[in-house]
Formats: sequence, C-alpha cells, structure tokens
Amino acid sequence: MSWIVSLPLIIPFATAVLSFLWRRSHLGGLVSVTGAAAQLVAAGVLMASTWQNGYTVGQMGGWDAPFGITLVADLLSAVMVVITAITGLAVAVYALSEIDARREELGYHALFHVLLTGVTGAFLTGDLFNLYVWFEVMLIASFGLLVLGGTKAEIDGGVKYVALNLVSTMLFLMATGLLYGLTGSLNMADLAQSVRASDNQGLVTVIAMMFMVAFGVKAALFPLFFWLPASYHTPAFSVSAVFAGLLTKVGVYALIRAFTLIFVSDVALTHQILLWAAVLTMITGVLGAASQNDFRKILSFHIVSQIGYMVLGLALFTPLALTGAVFYLVHHIIVKANLFLVSGVAHKLAKGTDLSRIGGLYKTAPLLAFLFLIPAFSLAGFPPLSGFWAKYVVVKASFEAGAFVAGAAALVVGALTIFSMTKIWAEAFWKDHPDGQEPRLRDIALRERLLALAPIAGLAALTVVIGLFPAPFLDLASRASAQLLDPQAYIDAVMPGGPS
Amino acid sequence: MNSLLLSVASRFFVTLLLMFSVFMLLRGHNLPGGGFIGGLIGAAGFIVYAIANGSQAARRTLRIDPRVIASSGVGIALLAGLSAALFGKAFFTGTWLIAGSIKLSTVIIFDIGVYFAVFGAILTLVFALEEAV
Amino acid sequence: MEVVLALLAGLMVAAAVYLMLWGDMMRFLFGLMLMSNAVNLVIFASGRLTPGQPPLLGAGGKLPETAMANALPQALILTALVIGFGLFAFALVLALRAHHSFGHLEMNDMRAAEPVAKSADPQE
Repeated sequence: MSWIVSLPLIIPFATAVLSFLWRRSHLGGLVSVTGAAAQLVAAGVLMASTWQNGYTVGQMGGWDAPFGITLVADLLSAVMVVITAITGLAVAVYALSEIDARREELGYHALFHVLLTGVTGAFLTGDLFNLYVWFEVMLIASFGLLVLGGTKAEIDGGVKYVALNLVSTMLFLMATGLLYGLTGSLNMADLAQSVRASDNQGLVTVIAMMFMVAFGVKAALFPLFFWLPASYHTPAFSVSAVFAGLLTKVGVYALIRAFTLIFVSDVALTHQILLWAAVLTMITGVLGAASQNDFRKILSFHIVSQIGYMVLGLALFTPLALTGAVFYLVHHIIVKANLFLVSGVAHKLAKGTDLSRIGGLYKTAPLLAFLFLIPAFSLAGFPPLSGFWAKYVVVKASFEAGAFVAGAAALVVGALTIFSMTKIWAEAFWKDHPDGQEPRLRDIALRERLLALAPIAGLAALTVVIGLFPAPFLDLASRASAQLLDPQAYIDAVMPGGPS
Repeated sequence: MNSLLLSVASRFFVTLLLMFSVFMLLRGHNLPGGGFIGGLIGAAGFIVYAIANGSQAARRTLRIDPRVIASSGVGIALLAGLSAALFGKAFFTGTWLIAGSIKLSTVIIFDIGVYFAVFGAILTLVFALEEAV
Repeated sequence: MEVVLALLAGLMVAAAVYLMLWGDMMRFLFGLMLMSNAVNLVIFASGRLTPGQPPLLGAGGKLPETAMANALPQALILTALVIGFGLFAFALVLALRAHHSFGHLEMNDMRAAEPVAKSADPQE
C-alpha cells in the first residue's frame, strides 16, 4: 500500500535528478518523457487501488499517524494525480518541440519534474506541514521555470509572481503554526478531530480565514489573483501551459481539502465568504479577459474566472456542488493546458500572440483551427464537450441550493466566455494576417510538428471523450464528493486504531 | 578581493573546513551535527576560497559543477529512501546492517546525500551571486 | 513569556508590512525576511516555552530526569528557515536581475509584462 501511494511522487523526483545529470545530451528530453509516462502508469495504479478500497494510505518511514508523515489518496487526490500525470506527459512531449538547448542546459526538464513532484506531493500528503513543504517545492521550481528565459518581460512577471506567492506562503506557515499551537497536531485527519473538539472555536475561525487567504492567493481567488495575469503570459509556452493547468488548481485542491475536512465547524460564515469570493472571481476574471487583446492574457484571465466555478462548488457545500467542483477541476486542467499549447503553435506560425498583429490561421492551418475549437468550445460550455457538463452540474447545484445570484452569475459568465473565445477565433484564425504572412503547418519540421500537435490532439480527444461519455466521470466525481463530505471515513482510514 | 594573506590562508581554510565538515557529518549520527550542517561548513570553505581568489578559481578547484553535486546528492538521498523497498518496508524507513560492532544504516547514506545537496546548492547560489555582481 | 513573544511577532509583522508596502523590491525583501522571522517566532511560541530543558537524550539514549522541551516546533522552524533561506536567496538573485534589466527596483514601474496602454483604444 505504502509504495503504491509513494511511487507517483518518487518517479518525477528521480526523473528530475536523472534529466538534470543528462541535460546536455538528447537523453535529457527522452528521460523527461519516459519519466512522465512512468508517472502516468503509477498514477493509474494508484487510481485503481483507490477506486477499489476507497482510500490508499501510506505511512512514510514506518512512523504511524499522527506522528509520522502520512501520504493518503482518497478519490479526489487520486483523480488529481492522474490528471497531473496526463498534463505532465502532454507538456513534456510538447516541450521537446519548443525548449531550446540553452534552456535545457539550464535544467528545464529537471525543474519541470520538480514542479510535478511538488504538485503531486501536495495532492497526496495528509500532513499540513508537509503540504507547506510541497508548496515550496512547487514554488521554487515554478520560480525557476518562470524566469529561465531571462527576458525583461519574464523578469517582470517573475517579480510579481514571486512577491505575492511568498507573502501567501508566510501566511500559510503562520496559520499552520497557530493551528499547531491550538491542537498540538499537524496530521490532517488528527486535526479534523481535534479542531472539532476544540473549545476555542473563535480562534479556529480566525485560523480558517488565514488559510482561506493563503490558499486563495495560490488559487487566484478574488481579490488575490493579480499575480496570475501579470506573469502567466511571459514564459515559454510549455511553462505557461503547465502553470495554467496545475498550479492554481493546487490552491483550489488545498481549499477543498481544508474546508471539507478541517474547517467545517462554521460553514455558515466561511463558506458564505467563499461563495461571494467565487462569484466575484468569476465576474472579474471574465471581464478582465474581455478587456485584453493578447491570446495568452485572455486565457490567463479565463483561468481566474474558471477558478470561481470550482470554488463555487466548494462554497455551496452540497454533494452535487462538490461533484461539480471535482468534475470541473478535471475538465479545466485538460482544457486550459491544451489552449495554452495551441497558443504556442499559433505563436510559432503567426509570430506573435497579440491578436491585432496575427491572423489568417484558419486559412493556413485548418488543423490547428479545428484543434483550437474543441477546447475553446469546451471552455465556453458548449454541449457535448466536457465543459458543458461541468458548468451544468455547478449551475444546477447552485439553483438547487437556492444560491440564485451565484447560479445566474455562472450563466452570464459562461456567455461572456463565448464572447472571448469568439474574439480569439475571429482575430487569430478568421481574419487575414495583417502583414499578409501565410506560414503553413507544413513549414514546421515534421518532428517538431508531430511533437507539438500530438499532445494537443491527445488532450482534445480526452475533452471529447469526457463530453460524449460523461457518466463514468460524473460517477467518479460524485463518489469523490461523497468521500469529501464524510470526514470520519478519512480519519478512520488514516488512523485505523482510533484517536491516539 | 586582492589580498595575499587571505589568498594563502584560504587554501588551508578549504582543507580544514572540508575535514571539519566530514567530521560534523559523521558526528551527526548520535550527536548534534549531520549532513545539513556538514554541507554548510564544507561550502563555507569554498566560499572563503571564492572570496579570496574569485569564483572562477574556486570553480576550477572544485572541478565538478556544483549543480551536479547538488543533484547527485538529492539522488543519493532518494536512493537511501528507496533502499527500504529491498527490506519490504515503507518508503524512507531506516534500515540497519549490523556486523559485530560495525553498524551500517541507510540513514547515514541519506545524510551523505543531504551533505552533497546542501554543499552543491549553497555553492551554486554563491557562485551565481559572485558572478552576477 | 509567550505573551512577550506574541507581541514581538506582531510588531515584526507590522514592520514587515510597512516595508513591503513601500513598493521598492529591496525593501520588500527585507520585509519578507522580517516576516519569516516573525512566523518562526510564532511557531516557536505555539510549541509552548520550557526554558532550560533541551530536547536531548542522555548517554545511551536514556530519557532525561526532567521534562523535555517540545522538539517538533524546533524541527518545523529549522525546515521553514532552510526553505525560507532558499526562497530568499532566489528572490535576491531575481532582484539583481531585475536591477540589471530595468535599472531600478521600483515594482510599480516594472511594466515590461503589462505595458501601460498608450491611448484609450490600443487598436486604433
């Protein structure tokens, strides 16, 4: 059991070490892709085990909970690990077509896999301080990736990103310290019990708010999202794709974990705040996107608006709403990473991402246009793609829970998303290129073309599959949400011997 | 910095601090010390050398790229954790091989990994800062 | 004693926020450093203070006669210090690079990633 849950973590870590040692030869890239594929296999095994047993628990170093560090996968964690591995593999393949030798020499592949390690670790850990450590692993790798190119824009984006994320980290650490002082434990399952039993509920609520702000910065929640649109459009496209897919979702995951397992004693207050934050996040994100005129900046703002939907699912705190949140997470990671990869190819063909300076891609690269339409329509929520079901469930849950304003906002934001996607379509694909350039996909070398288009096509296929056969995925999401609403089962799985 | 005294003394410092760092690494087994502090002390020796003779000279003396040292260290630590699989234990369980009065453990291997990781990481950083100014 | 540490931590956070809001990257980093020390102080104090009782085992691994200090917060602080040091070092290098590219460290005036729109409608 313990190895099943630790392997998805060990593999990217080992891959990072190996690809760094071989960074000067072609082996570095090969190791990176192989490692990502191996992680996908390990994640699949973890998913199978968790699907069968409900929880997969491993006590690291043989130290039992709550004293040692516990790795624990419930269905939400397992799903997130699988999606991380899928995104990791897609981006690792894409990176071979984009990352130049200079960036490879600086250790791009190693940093990329350290990032995957951090993300996976954050999804799997059952210990609050360990979560902090994984956040830092993720953060330091993302810092490196963000400024690897060393251009002025990258440095600028990096400064904003680093500054705000470091502040959130400090807040997270302080909240962890205070919670430890209150309960004397760091194990999440143990915390869930002792927080509920604590006689100082006022302090618990204060600590909960600190965690909300700390994770809210990571998740790019209103009004804490400013670092995201300031930095996501600056680095290499592979980097922004993996950031867009995974980083903010770790914040959302941490919010879901903390506010279903540990801080559920004052739902009326905390989840009400989350609800309004979610509504405002959706609206500001989509309005921000409407005001932008750059392929990647529009997509960045849409990350913010989509985060709102997921947090809305958490804030409503009903089984259906959490199902929607989990489903939304899965759908969103795939679609968003894919759109950023598409923007990378568009950049390569049209020599830019500023929408007023590019165009004509429908005429010159119809295949790319088709591959853009799938995730774009899915993001906007057209049936029968994955985004439709995700939005449908969340909106239905909000109306059922009586949150009419939130539901209406979700519908309006969906419509505005269509507007943004249409703008990208009209500007980048439909209108003629302002400089009359007509580079074709065929002009890119065959190897590079395959490496760039294969992951895009794969992720698009996944979007279509989830859209056409949503039943098993919704089933999975609803089982995950049932687990989230039953903290006692989580506690029993982590500490079978009962409270210590 | 251009100081003959420092430049000459720094060679002794490197040797002395490296030896002391290994002592600290091994001492950490049962007493205060260990891989982390050992790595810091070892790196301090080379930092003095870099201050006295320039970071290029320090790089030449070190021979191996500090980044390679750091990542190998991480690899060694990971291997120490993985070795628990051979004994059918959970990841990172300390396992011991006791032959008479000699006690070998995976814990010390982990510590050696930490030593190299810290040593390499600190020197990477210091050299980068030295060269950037 | 805990109260004194709590007040001190509060004071340090206040000073850190003051420094951070200045808008200069170097001051921001100093503020960050101060804040991370304040956070470590909080963790330390939340482990309860037991002066004069180091968490060390006696010879042969024997438990000492008196009560021991809580060793966990110390381990947590050590971890946090190390990570904080790494992040701070990175941020320092970043500040250096930013100074090379921009010639100054005013965060508000770093607009390479988000240029200020020249006119009301950039398309015209």
